[in-house]
Amino acid sequence: MDIKILLIIAIYSILIQNFVLTRFLGLCPFLGVSQKISSAVGMGMAVIFVMSLASAITWAVYTYFLDPSTSILGFFFSEETLPNLTFLRTIAFILVIASLVQFIEMVLQKKVPTLYRALGIYLPLITTNCAILGAAVLNIDGFSAIGLDGKLTCIQSVVQGFSAGVGFLLMLILMSGIREKLELESIPESLKGVPIAFIMAGLMAIAFMGFSGLSI
Amino acid sequence: MFTVIASVVILGVIGIVFGAILAFASRVFAVEVDPRIEKIEDILPGANCGACGATSCFAFAEAVVQGKLPANSCVPGGGEGAGKIGEILGCEVEESREMRAAVRCKGGLEESQQKFMYLGVKDCWAATLLSGGNKACEYGCLGLGSCVEACPFNAVVMNKNGLPEVYPELCTGCGLCVEACPRGIIELIPKEQKIYLACMNPGKGKTVTAVCDVGCNGCTLCANPKTTPSGDIKMEGDLPVINFQNNKNLIAGAYRCAKNSYVVEVSFASVEYDIKKCNGCPDQPKPLCVKVCPVKNCLTFDEDTKKAQLSKEMCIGCELCVSECPVGAFKPVEEKEGIEHVIEEKM
Repeated sequence: MDIKILLIIAIYSILIQNFVLTRFLGLCPFLGVSQKISSAVGMGMAVIFVMSLASAITWAVYTYFLDPSTSILGFFFSEETLPNLTFLRTIAFILVIASLVQFIEMVLQKKVPTLYRALGIYLPLITTNCAILGAAVLNIDGFSAIGLDGKLTCIQSVVQGFSAGVGFLLMLILMSGIREKLELESIPESLKGVPIAFIMAGLMAIAFMGFSGLSI
Repeated sequence: MFTVIASVVILGVIGIVFGAILAFASRVFAVEVDPRIEKIEDILPGANCGACGATSCFAFAEAVVQGKLPANSCVPGGGEGAGKIGEILGCEVEESREMRAAVRCKGGLEESQQKFMYLGVKDCWAATLLSGGNKACEYGCLGLGSCVEACPFNAVVMNKNGLPEVYPELCTGCGLCVEACPRGIIELIPKEQKIYLACMNPGKGKTVTAVCDVGCNGCTLCANPKTTPSGDIKMEGDLPVINFQNNKNLIAGAYRCAKNSYVVEVSFASVEYDIKKCNGCPDQPKPLCVKVCPVKNCLTFDEDTKKAQLSKEMCIGCELCVSECPVGAFKPVEEKEGIEHVIEEKM
């Protein structure tokens, strides 16, 4: 495997095209779970975990069921009659992610109860998180900006999912760190709470635009 | 058409496979939870206040079932809740006494002196870091509302005078505000207790009166055996200490207080007086009830009828006359709720 391209994918997903601040995916937990650093870390870890696993599984589902060129249906049908099912990817991915999260929750509850308690409510919350679906879909769309046209390979997908999760965790930690400080500041009454958090998010997004100049 | 069928079939198959895996997993990875834990959790107030020492109500239920915590250690649940938990566990539970928080400071912005103007973070702990806080009295409430923040039941409210007020009917006695107060002036007292001393300054008279108009100056009037014959108010140094165990009538002590340091929450105040029984204590220079009554012009001796006269408007319901009268003309009022005498006005 080409390690270099994996590193490029990682940097690209964490900094240049950060899921939260550049792609604006997963904004709900970004604002909802960023009041305390401890809960932000819990949520971020859960996202990394689920995103990496979901990347691998959705890649497999897409490759072996939906994409006509590599589908296992090729065994049953001739190439001309093979249906193109790629339009199903959104609904199929949601199905996969939801079941996956449920499955992971059950396994963790039984086998690793401490981790289950640490992730707590955040694990089921992730089921409907658009960042996970976004990561899965982007793996299929490819990253033409860094010379990866078309679908990523399985390893690349997992690395992409993992680093997207790391980028998400980074943003949550930065945001919660700022919000913990904001709690103690004297903020105008009308801006207290969520409004000032939105302003902060906007300022952070502007700052993160600086990374778009990074050439790799 | 073929695409439609294929997509339905493919998605259906994926769905069924995942469904089967999940169904299988729920069997294999099923976690057996003690059904008693769930039942106990239903009884608990569910505020996750942490007063019992467990992190949440669920953790408390778990600990009780495992025998790590006593069943009556949920303070907000009260004796009733403890009894129900005992039923589930099949054991007898000693009832815990219902408690409520009481703010033992009466010196708000009007009554007490400030050392300096504090404009920092609105938090009592933060204020204490700054040369011990802005109140001149070292035992005074800082009035920044850390206790209000801490209360999960909204039972503590900051009033305009910069003092927290506890609503006894909302307070569950969980004790979170007690811990939240850096000055330690919030105390848990029995719920039925309506009178308490709202000052914790143990200093001598002059040091207290210099910083606060309503601070206890240690005059010992309330602890006087004539005022409090039950002996439930005792002086410890220069500060009276109330014994809450006996639940005795302490209104007279609170009334005699020279600095008005007591908080009195009772809204009833009277005694039943049967004037026909009164013989005017012929062998005494003055009837005994008149002698013992702490309120001026409440009980008076009528020279014409040679009987004691009770002015119901003045009576504070201290019931000192009840035990003093040799013929039993006085009786405590039984249905106290019906009487609309506000004792604060009389004082």
